[in-house]
Parts: sequence; structure tokens; C-alpha cells
Amino acid sequence: MNDVIGLAPWLIGFPLIGAAVLLLGGRATDRWGHWLGVLASGAAAVVGFILLFRMIGTPAEERAVDHSLGTWLSAGGLDVDLGLRLDPLSMTFVVLVTFVGTLIHIYSVAYMDHDVDRRRFFAYLNLFVAAMLTLVLADSYLLLFVGWEGVGVASYLLIGFWDTGRPTARENAVAAKKAFVMNRVGDMGLIAAMAILFATVGSVGFADVLPAAGGLSEGTATAVGLCLLLAACGKSAQFPLQAWLGDAMAGPTPVSALIHAATMVTAGVYLMVRSGPILEAAPTAQLVVVVVGAVTLLFGAVVGTAKDDIKKALAASTMSQIGYMMLAAGLGPAGYAFAIFHLLTHGFFKAGLFLGAGAVMHAMGDQTDMRRFGGLSRFLPITWITMGLGWLAILGIPPFSGYWSKDGIIEAAFIPVDGQPWRAWVFGTVAVVGAAITAFYMTRLFFMTFGGRRPRWTENQHPHEGSPLMWWPLVFLGVGSAGLGLVLGIGGTFTTWLEPVVGHAEHHEPVLPVPVIIGATLVLVLLGAALAFRMYAVQLVPEEAPRGSFLTRAARRDLYQDAANETLVVLPAHGIARLVQVGDRDVVDRGWGVLPLAVSWFGAMFRKVQTGYVRSYAAGMAGGVLVIALVAWLVVRLGAGLGGAQ
Amino acid sequence: MFPWLTVLIAWPLVGAAVVGLSALVRRRTGPAGGGTGLARPLALVFSLVEVGLLVGAFLAFDTGAADEHQLGTTASWIPQIGTSYAVAVDGVGLLLVALSVVLVPLVLLAAWREQGHDEVRLRRFVALVLLLEAFMVAVFSARDVFLFYVLFEAMLIPAYFLIGGFGQGPGRRRAAVKFLMFSLGGGLIMLAAVIALYFLAVSNGVDPSRAFLVDELVAVDLGTTAERLMFVGFFIAFAIKAPMVPVHSWLPDVAGNATPGTSTLLICVLDKVGTFGMLTLCLPLFPEASRWAAPFVIALAVISVLYGAVMAIMQTDLLRLVGWTSVSHFGFIILGIFTFTPLGTAGSSFMMLNHGLATGALFLVAGFLVSRHPERSQKIAAYSGLRSTTPVLAGTFLVAGLATLSLPGLATFASEIMVLIGAFGGEPAGSAAWTLAAVPGVVLAAVYVLLTYQKIFTGAPAAGLETLPDLRVRERVVAAPLVAGLLVLGFVPSLALTYVNAPAEQSVAAVTAVDVPADAAAQMGSDK
Repeated sequence: MNDVIGLAPWLIGFPLIGAAVLLLGGRATDRWGHWLGVLASGAAAVVGFILLFRMIGTPAEERAVDHSLGTWLSAGGLDVDLGLRLDPLSMTFVVLVTFVGTLIHIYSVAYMDHDVDRRRFFAYLNLFVAAMLTLVLADSYLLLFVGWEGVGVASYLLIGFWDTGRPTARENAVAAKKAFVMNRVGDMGLIAAMAILFATVGSVGFADVLPAAGGLSEGTATAVGLCLLLAACGKSAQFPLQAWLGDAMAGPTPVSALIHAATMVTAGVYLMVRSGPILEAAPTAQLVVVVVGAVTLLFGAVVGTAKDDIKKALAASTMSQIGYMMLAAGLGPAGYAFAIFHLLTHGFFKAGLFLGAGAVMHAMGDQTDMRRFGGLSRFLPITWITMGLGWLAILGIPPFSGYWSKDGIIEAAFIPVDGQPWRAWVFGTVAVVGAAITAFYMTRLFFMTFGGRRPRWTENQHPHEGSPLMWWPLVFLGVGSAGLGLVLGIGGTFTTWLEPVVGHAEHHEPVLPVPVIIGATLVLVLLGAALAFRMYAVQLVPEEAPRGSFLTRAARRDLYQDAANETLVVLPAHGIARLVQVGDRDVVDRGWGVLPLAVSWFGAMFRKVQTGYVRSYAAGMAGGVLVIALVAWLVVRLGAGLGGAQ
Repeated sequence: MFPWLTVLIAWPLVGAAVVGLSALVRRRTGPAGGGTGLARPLALVFSLVEVGLLVGAFLAFDTGAADEHQLGTTASWIPQIGTSYAVAVDGVGLLLVALSVVLVPLVLLAAWREQGHDEVRLRRFVALVLLLEAFMVAVFSARDVFLFYVLFEAMLIPAYFLIGGFGQGPGRRRAAVKFLMFSLGGGLIMLAAVIALYFLAVSNGVDPSRAFLVDELVAVDLGTTAERLMFVGFFIAFAIKAPMVPVHSWLPDVAGNATPGTSTLLICVLDKVGTFGMLTLCLPLFPEASRWAAPFVIALAVISVLYGAVMAIMQTDLLRLVGWTSVSHFGFIILGIFTFTPLGTAGSSFMMLNHGLATGALFLVAGFLVSRHPERSQKIAAYSGLRSTTPVLAGTFLVAGLATLSLPGLATFASEIMVLIGAFGGEPAGSAAWTLAAVPGVVLAAVYVLLTYQKIFTGAPAAGLETLPDLRVRERVVAAPLVAGLLVLGFVPSLALTYVNAPAEQSVAAVTAVDVPADAAAQMGSDK
């Protein structure tokens, strides 16, 4: 490991240089800029694989390596290095980010072909990759935070990529701002967590904090754990900070695939798993993590059933799937490995599904309304097959990828916790029900798009497959969706791989026998899928959405999340702000008693003096000095008197 | 030892004089009879040479002893009242001197076309800027309390004329007078404390000819009541300068009516005298009183953070908005100073520099934007969709804005997080709670920056603004050093921390070394 560790900084360095060249180079780099972006990401992927294979060849107990490039910030007892932590957890992310990231870069070359700002797009993508790798490789919370907000700003720039020159420009910009601000609400948690850790442990480095977590008081650990969870909720669009993700679909589709599905939004799960020792010292915080995961997985799934916009349906699905990961992350060591495993397989199949959606949109003139698709399997066979693999994977049909990881989470959710027998039943059931709803909305999406004999297209649609640059990445991701789970899941390969980081989980029996859980889940998934098949493949899909039940209408409006935020947060905040504004004008500013009078008097003087000569300025100044001196003298007496009184 | 600071103070004065005298030089005028004269190029050259001198000062400064005051000169000034010309800087002072010296040429360049073609007016403008520069360098170097006070007041003169005479808002005169009244009011209170301090020092056996020297005064035991009164005297003056809620009322008017260049010098540099004074005068001279007042000061600081941010969000005038963001940022600086932790204090010191770079960039770029509007409107609502027409301007504005919201990777982040992490563990009662209460300031910052960006630069271009020119070379030259500075200090904060760490340690050690009587509050009450 040590002979190649010097390469690690280049993981961040290559894309960072790419971004810098493309941003500073300006229009001069327009012609080849996108290829430079691909190259930078590809180079990072190569470095990533070199490091991965070398790590695999290293004995398990030597796989975690800290590599410091020197001091970054050192003051008043806080010492933070520019330090990278390479271990199986961070390397999993490195490979996911660079490999999927590079595929998406390649796809974008074709997808953004006609955009005059393609170079700028690639600059932001490179910036994102650099920030994301900083996030996962950092060896301290502070450096992680640099990547954390770095991906946030890359996300902001890319959601709002089309913020001028389009009819939806302003909406896109608003969506970008919403994402950043809601993320910042979460970021407060990370800031507070660092403050508490520095006050108690005296450091924000993983090497100091995590081993010391067991020694923290439960109150402290709970506070830190909940603060970190707040941060995770913002970044990973978990309840109650989930409202930005659907709007984030305003960004170009490759962005949705890379940032808002495969990588950035899963950073919250990474944060939870990385901070495992802190959560384990705080059972209450763990329970809250599980609850947040459970609520979000249902929330996202329900919203997903009602969306007609293909990207928004996928976004709701992402939220829901991350809910699974979050739930697992709150289950302790038994859940960590599956949280990350699902994160990895989801990264592949969801990226594939999004890129597939992008290919469909590309073929249909940027249409996103699934009610205007239908019958596309004959015209887009590659997209159809690769999205089909992603569909089977997310449903959790064995042997496709999602089965291996999601089933692990469902089983872990059924493991009883000492003293709280209700937990296993509640969270296990939620996980299974979520799987059934997932099967429904994903099957709905799949058949509304590809199924049906009667296309519901708008005029003059001639769908056809895009360039090979677009479909080759689909093929790679499709293969991953199909086989990755089997390769890594069989025999617990992935669980063993992560053991040096997350520790070995003692085996506990779930409250139901494992075959029963697997069987029941599969039955419910097939039922959900069958229902959707009947509604959207057998029956005709109306071009206009029917009114629907109350629940459908609520789900269409994201269960009124924006209305709730508006009522509970924005309006009261605006009220307070108005109050402050009026108070500042009428109380503080006016309250300076005599000042307004004096000001007007001086103002009148000023107007006279303005037309005068230097002499009158001088006279005025001398007068002023005299007044000052007089007052000073009086105060001196007072001061001297006080001094004498001592 | 070469008297670097004296040279740095004298050189802009020479510059101001030479610019004044340049009126005597006969010059060929243009065909229209109007000319723009020698004043601007001369002033720019003087300010650039000053930057060269600054480099010399940095090279001569011993970073190994950054907590000691260096590069100085001490000479008797007015022996009758025992005041000296004593100048010297520690690391913090040096960084603020640097901030002043670096910003002046940028402001001159930014204002190149701002003051029209009236030669006399131009000459006065640049001479005032150079005069202000000399005062700013001097005030950050003063080690004699009386000298400090004189400079503190003297700075008002050029500032007053720059706001009232050269501002671009309709309310500039009123704003200038308001500024003057607030500053003079604070100054008078401070003067009383300064003189009382002198008498107390003398009655405590300090040599009357040295009784204004800070280095002498720190050792004087003032007695609890007197110390607290004098602390209050200094603190009010500094709080007005800083500006701190509720004595901030002059600031938005100034920001809205002065030129962006003047605002940069005033709010990004001159106002630092407030926080600088708190750190280098209040704390060492009145350590016990500082600890006594800390819980109250922290509360006001955090209120400033939130109040300033909320007010910024509510603004409709771009330049007033930038002014309000400073109220918020100064709140963070004061929070870091009055929680007495080495980390927070170092963070505050660093933040004084970074705020100058970030807010300076924001003011100047906002000024570039306003100067492009056919009616020079400062209303945010007068703009929209400008990213497509002026992409470089938009990008620069965004970077300056991201620096203002303390994005990690930029210098402002390093300092803000140092303040927050440090202040949380502060000693004064309520430090942790008030620090947590300040954290939402980071969300509000995201709102006021990104909302403004959204309104001005995204959407459909406003009518009449479809063909605005992008940033000119001159304007890029102004913005580039500020952006580069923010990036470099963000990636390598140690470049600045080398100068502030040791002074921070020392100042905290000095404050925490004194014992606060357990019954201090009760005693204070009975004194009344």
C-alpha cells in the first residue's frame, strides 16, 4: 500500500486541475474542454483502481492508511492536516465516484453536445468529483466539511446550470438556491458537532475522535450524533430536509445521475457510517437515525407512485432508497456494511436508470412527462434493456444487484434490539412495505415509458438511440446493475471487505426466520409489480393525469412538503424579519434621540459651508476641536476624581 | 532597525502632498479642453510603491516573535502632556496594515472613471484617499493611547469628505453627518477614558512622560470600578466603529450613499479599528473588566450576527445589503474576541483580514455592476438575467458572494469556523449557547448571497440591459488579487495564521491570568 500511497492526492488533484483549467481558460478551451474533463475524471479513476487493487492485495488489518500532506490549519490547539484516510470504506466511494463519474462524463460529451456552455458544464463536473473525493478521503471532520460544502456548491452550480436564456431559467435558479440553503441548514449540524467535539475531545480528526467516542458521556455522544444526523439529512435529502431533491431535477440529467442519485446525496450515509463509534455510544441518536430512515423511505416511495415526470419519480425513489441506507446505518455494525453495500449497488443501478431517462428525454425532445411516452422499447432497445436491468435491480429480484444489498437491510431491520422488541417489528415491516411500494412505482415508471402498444407521443417524435458515447455508459451500468450484487454479495465478500472499518458484527437472529423474510418480501414485491403492470401496461394510460384520490393528489404535491415548509418556517421567519426591519427603522434608528435634530442642524450648516472656502472648513474644525477639548476637560476631572477615589 | 512603519505612514502623506502640488504642473490639455490630469496616475504610483514598502516590512518582520511589537519607532511627541509618537505592530497589526495598503491601489483603480473629469475634484478625491491610507496605517500601529485617539478622530476627516463630497447616493451628506456624529460621540467617550487612564497611571507611579504608552499601561492596576468605567468608554467607541447592534445605524446609510470604493476603505478597513481596538486595547488594558463584560458583549455580538444577516436579506438596495452583511460578520469577529480562546481569537484576527478581502471584493464588484446601469441604479430589482450578458462579472460576483457566505476552500471559511469552534468552548458564561445561536447566521448568509445572485444574474435579462459590457481589463485587475488572496489563504491559511496565532495566545493568556472576584457583579451593583 505504502508504495502507491503517494498517488492518492492525485485522486483529487486531477479533477481539481481539470476544473481550474476549464474555468480559467474560458472560451479558449471550448473546443476540447469536454475531453479534458473526461480525461481528468478518467485519470482519477485509474489512480482509484490502482489503489483499490493494491489495497486488496494488502492484509486486511493493514488496509487503513492515513496519508498526510502536511498541516492545513493549525491554531489554538486545533490541528488539522491536509490528510487523507484510505481504507476499505473510502476506497469503495473512490471507485464508485470515479468509475461512475467517468462514465457520466463520457455520456455528457454527447448529451451536452449542442449546449454552448458544455465546457462550463465539464468544469463544474470536475469540480464536483474533486470535492466529492475530498469528502470521502478526508481524515478529519473539518476537511470532510470542505468537500461537503464543495459538493454542495457544485450541486448548486449544476442544478442552476440553465439559469438564463430559457423559459424555466428563474425556476432552475430558485431550485439551485433552495438546494444550497437547505443543505446549509443541515451543515449547521456539522459545525455544531465539530464545536462539541473540539470542546470535549480537543480534536476534529477521525484518528482522535472515533477511538475516543466510547469515552464520551452519553449526553455528549447523543448531541454530536444528532448534529451529524442533521447534516446527513440535509445532504441526503432525508426527512425533514428532503424538499430540495425533487426540485434539483432542474439540472441536466447527467447531473441528476451523478450527484443527485449515485454519489453526493449518499454522503449523509457515509457520514453516519464513518461516525459509527459516536452513534454506538448514543443509542437515542441511533434510534432517531433509524426513524428518519424509515420515515423517508416511506415518504419517498409514496411520492414516487404519483409522479408523472420521469426524473421526479426517480428522485423520489432516490430519497426512498437512501432512507433504506439511513435506516441501516442506524442499526449499528450489523447494518453499516449493508448500508454501504446498498449505496454502492444503488449508485450503479440508479445512475443507469437516470442516464436511461436522459436517453429517453434525448430521444423525445426533452419531454419528461411519462404520460407522453409509451411503446419506446422498440425504438430504444439498448436503453430499454439497460433500464430493465436497473428496474429488476431496484425491485430486489434475485440475482440482480439490489436484491443482495436491500435484502441485507431488511433482514438487519428485523433483528431485535435489547429491551425494545417493538423496534424489529416496526422497522422490519416498514422496510418490507417500502419494498412493495418501490416495486409498484418502478414498474409503473418502466411500463409507462417502454410498455404499451399505443404511444402517447406529441407530434413529430422520431425517437432513436443516441450516439455510442451515450449508450456505452448505459451498458456498463446495466452490467453493474445485473451482476455487481452477486459478485460482491455472495459469501459476504463485501461485508468482509468493510470489516476493518466498521468492525465485525456479531450474528443475531431476526425475529422471523430469514427464509420467511425473503419469501414474504419477494411476494409483496411481485404483488406491487403486478398491480402496476395491470394499471400501466395492460390498461391504457391516459395522457392527462386523472384527478386521483386524496392520497394521490397529496403524493403528487410531495405530501405538501413545500406548503409545510412555507407555513412552518418561511412565513414565521419572514414575519420576524419584517419585525426586525420595522424595529430597526422606527426604534433603533429613530431612537438615537437627539441625533436626527442634530443631523438636520448639521445638514443645514453643511449646505452653507459647502459653498464656502477652506477657511470656513478650518473654522468649523477648530470649533469642533474646541468643543471636544472642553468636554474632554470635564471628563478628565471626572476621571481624575474616580482615580482619586481608589 | 529601519523604521518601516514610519515610512509606511509617511509615504502616503507625501503622496497626498505631491498630488496636491501636481496642480502646479502645466499640462497640455485635450482638444475638448478637459483633462483628467496627473492626479490619478500619481496617486496610483504612490499607492503601489507603498505596497512595495509593505513587502519590505513583511520581510523585516520576525514571525518567530509575532506576538511582539516590531518595526516600530518611539519618540517623544508632546512632552508637556507626556504623549509619544510610538508605533509598532504585532502580527495582527501587520496584517491590518497590509489590508489597508493592498486595498488602496485597488480602490483607486476601481474608481478610475468614477469621479468624472473635473480635475480639481479628482485631485481632492485621490489626495483624500492617500491621506486616509496614512491614517489607517498609523492607527493600526499606534502604541500610545493618546496617539491612537488622535488618529482615531483624524481618520474621520477624510472619511467624512469622501462620503459627503464624493458619494453617489442622494443622501450622501446626511449619511456623512450621521457617520460623523456617531463616530464623534463614541470618540468623546473614549477620550474621557483615555485621559482618566493617564491620570490613574500617573497616580500609580508611572513616569508621566510615558503614561500614555500601552506597554506601560498594561501593568497598571486600575482598580475594579475605574477599570470597568474605562472599559465601557473604550468599548462604546469601538462598538460604534465595529459596528455593533444597536449602535450600527450609521452604517447602512453610509454603504448606500458612499461610492463602493469609499465603502470598501471605510467598512473593510477603517471599521476594523473597532475590533482591533477591542482586541489590542480593551483586553490587555482592562482584562478584568473585559471578563466582567464578556457575557453581555457576546450576547450583543450574536444578536449582531443574526440582526445584520436578517436585515441584509430584507434590503432592496444592493450596496446597503453589502453594508448589512458586515454587521453580521463583525458580530462573528467580536464573538471570537470576547470568548477568550486562542482558537477563537486567532480566528477573529484572521477574519478581520478576510472580511476585508471578501467584502471589499463584493463592494467593488457591486460597484462595477451599478456603474453599468444606464441610471446607475443600486436597486436589486433593476437587474436580472445578467449572467448571459456579463458572465465574468457574474462569476466574480458569485465568488465574492461565496466568500461572504464563508464557503470552505476560501479564506473566510477558515476564519469563521475557527471563531465558531473556538467560541463554543469559551470561558464566559453562556459562550456555548450563544455560539450555537450564532450558527444559523451561516444559513442566513446563504440566503442573502444566493437570493441576490438569483435576482440579479438569473432569469430573463431585464429590458435595456441586454447589451451591457462585461468586466473590463481594469476591473478584472481590481478583482483578481482579492479573489486570489481569498483562494490562497483558504488553501494555505497558515500564511496568515503565522502572524495571528502568537498574538492570540498572548492576548488570551493576559486576560485569563487575572482573577475575577467571585462577587464582582454584586460589588458592581453596590458601587452604584
